Amino acid sequence: MTTELNKELLLRAYRMMRRIRDFEERVHVEFATGEIPGFVHLYAGEEASATGVILHLRKEDYVASTHRGHGHCIAKGMALRSMMAEIYGKKSGICGGKGGSMHVADLDLGMMGANGIVGGGGPLICGAALAAKIKRTDNVAICFFGDGGSNQGTILESLNLSSVLQLPAIFVAENNGYAESTASRWAVATGNIADRGAGFGMPAAIVDGHDFFAVYEAAGEAVQRARSGGGPSLIEVKVNRYFGHFEGDQQTYRGPDEVKKLRETKDCLLLFRGTVTKQNLLTDKELDQIDEEVKNEVEDAVAFAKQAPKPQASDLLTDVYVAYA
Amino acid sequence: MARKISFKQAVNEAIAQEMGRDETVIVMGEDNVGGMGGEGERDAWGGVLGVTKGLYGKFGDRVMDTPISESAFIGAAIGAAACGLRPVVELMFVDFMGVCFDQIFNQAAKFRYMFGGKAVTPVVIRTMIGAGFRAAAQHSQCLYSLFTHIPGLKCVIPSSPYDAKGLLIQSIRDNDPVIFFEHKLLYGLESEVPEESYAIPFGEASIVREGDDVTIVAIARMVHVAQQAAEELAKEGIHAEVIDPRTTSPLDEDTILESVAHTGRLVVVDESHPRCNVATDIAALVGQKAFGDLKAPVTAVSGPHVPVPFSDALEDLYIPSPAKVKAAAKEVVEYAK
Repeated sequence: MTTELNKELLLRAYRMMRRIRDFEERVHVEFATGEIPGFVHLYAGEEASATGVILHLRKEDYVASTHRGHGHCIAKGMALRSMMAEIYGKKSGICGGKGGSMHVADLDLGMMGANGIVGGGGPLICGAALAAKIKRTDNVAICFFGDGGSNQGTILESLNLSSVLQLPAIFVAENNGYAESTASRWAVATGNIADRGAGFGMPAAIVDGHDFFAVYEAAGEAVQRARSGGGPSLIEVKVNRYFGHFEGDQQTYRGPDEVKKLRETKDCLLLFRGTVTKQNLLTDKELDQIDEEVKNEVEDAVAFAKQAPKPQASDLLTDVYVAYA
Repeated sequence: MARKISFKQAVNEAIAQEMGRDETVIVMGEDNVGGMGGEGERDAWGGVLGVTKGLYGKFGDRVMDTPISESAFIGAAIGAAACGLRPVVELMFVDFMGVCFDQIFNQAAKFRYMFGGKAVTPVVIRTMIGAGFRAAAQHSQCLYSLFTHIPGLKCVIPSSPYDAKGLLIQSIRDNDPVIFFEHKLLYGLESEVPEESYAIPFGEASIVREGDDVTIVAIARMVHVAQQAAEELAKEGIHAEVIDPRTTSPLDEDTILESVAHTGRLVVVDESHPRCNVATDIAALVGQKAFGDLKAPVTAVSGPHVPVPFSDALEDLYIPSPAKVKAAAKEVVEYAK
């Protein structure tokens, strides 16, 4: 499978995962200084999921994310500078400083936003898919949700609705094993979220989310199915998050050394590197080059965000309505 | 001899004492224990901000975690209440009411009336409110006016650890559905709280500061903002009477009307979005029942009609400040036709 992917795509994939990883690791460090306000939920560890899925998408395709949304946003093309500035609450942030980490969005890029409400994206993606169907574009819409979100009524209703209306929607359950501090093996009744697909009349797959190639392949099938009018799909991506539910969470609900072992044995970036170098698809030097470029990019984004001005009093009242009257 | 504990500890103690007294009291919610099904600590969280920590250790299976399925588990708590238990269920952030409001406003609130008086639904729904945490639009609302609007619900909003414990104990003992609103910025506030159990009745406002020149009614964290404003006003010779209604449903109208009868001037401070909030409700009530006592128009102090912004630069402008309350009080005091 790996040999079917051309070099340009492999480089793009690695760069995308590296950007997400470095961005999140840096936000983790900066948050600890106290300069970043509010709640932040980091995606580090899950990069292959966002990348493997979103690499199939066009700008016109839609994505809805969760509170853990930075990865999906970066994969969908949001600029690191404007994302970082938003997280810092600055006016040059992608949402003018009004949304913050939990609500980063850019509808021009088909990014319907991170969402502070668990399951909030399900119905919205049904809507994006419905719009595509009615307007007769062959765009698709992807709803990312977590194992926590998989138990929310809105997601279950969205699965049924998209199936009944045969919408070009793809539901990607990123099962990282924990909904806040509660393990998915306790909270998800059947153990596999993918088992619900059959119940809602759609094909479902389970993939190892640490393996970019596995995610890319499964997502490719689902996207193709949706684009060609074949209706919705459910993909359950088994992943792991490195950081807590939110920054500040001590993760005492996880086993000792659990995260350490994951970083050593299941890191999607390391696994990708191993695969592509072993198969002589890319060299370490090419990958190192990307690492260096991304490092500078993230550094630049932080510097930009820190010096950027905050919104002013006059910004408080704008953009509530398109027109009040 | 009273010791000092925090608002958060007061809530925890109220629940623990009632659970000790009455075996039908149970606790339910997301991560109220924490760590279910995992390899690490049980009671790992004790609630997202640790309010219910330790209850699992004391009461075991009577303290239950739930999946993220508010419609189902809030509804389950309501159903269980109608069938003989006394659940204390947590709606983690009041902003999440959207996914479960039917069970609250169409089911719990209306059973007793719709079923001709037979139903008893002694559920307590605890929920976090309030801005100032930089938690942005979907995690910073108050929304208690939406619940106050619903006949059949009782709405309790403590502003101090002492009130929190007494009102929560009363809420658990009360036989109607009670929504108990905890302002997230008050969790760390400490005050003297008796160790023994005590209950504060609903519909009894607290006069936290006496004065003759202007009445300031304030809710939740705004009680403290109003007190700061009152301190500043006193330096200028203006003596404000600060009233905390403590419950918006039932509302202690008499205390507010009596105060307006001797001050003639009213400011209401409500951190909620401004349209149809509790400030407008109280202003209308006073306008209708005490028009003759008023020497100035009633002034409501709330943020503007916008979602709560994320950036601290904007959120701090959104939340009513002591300076804004002081300015409003001065305006009504200086009002002359």
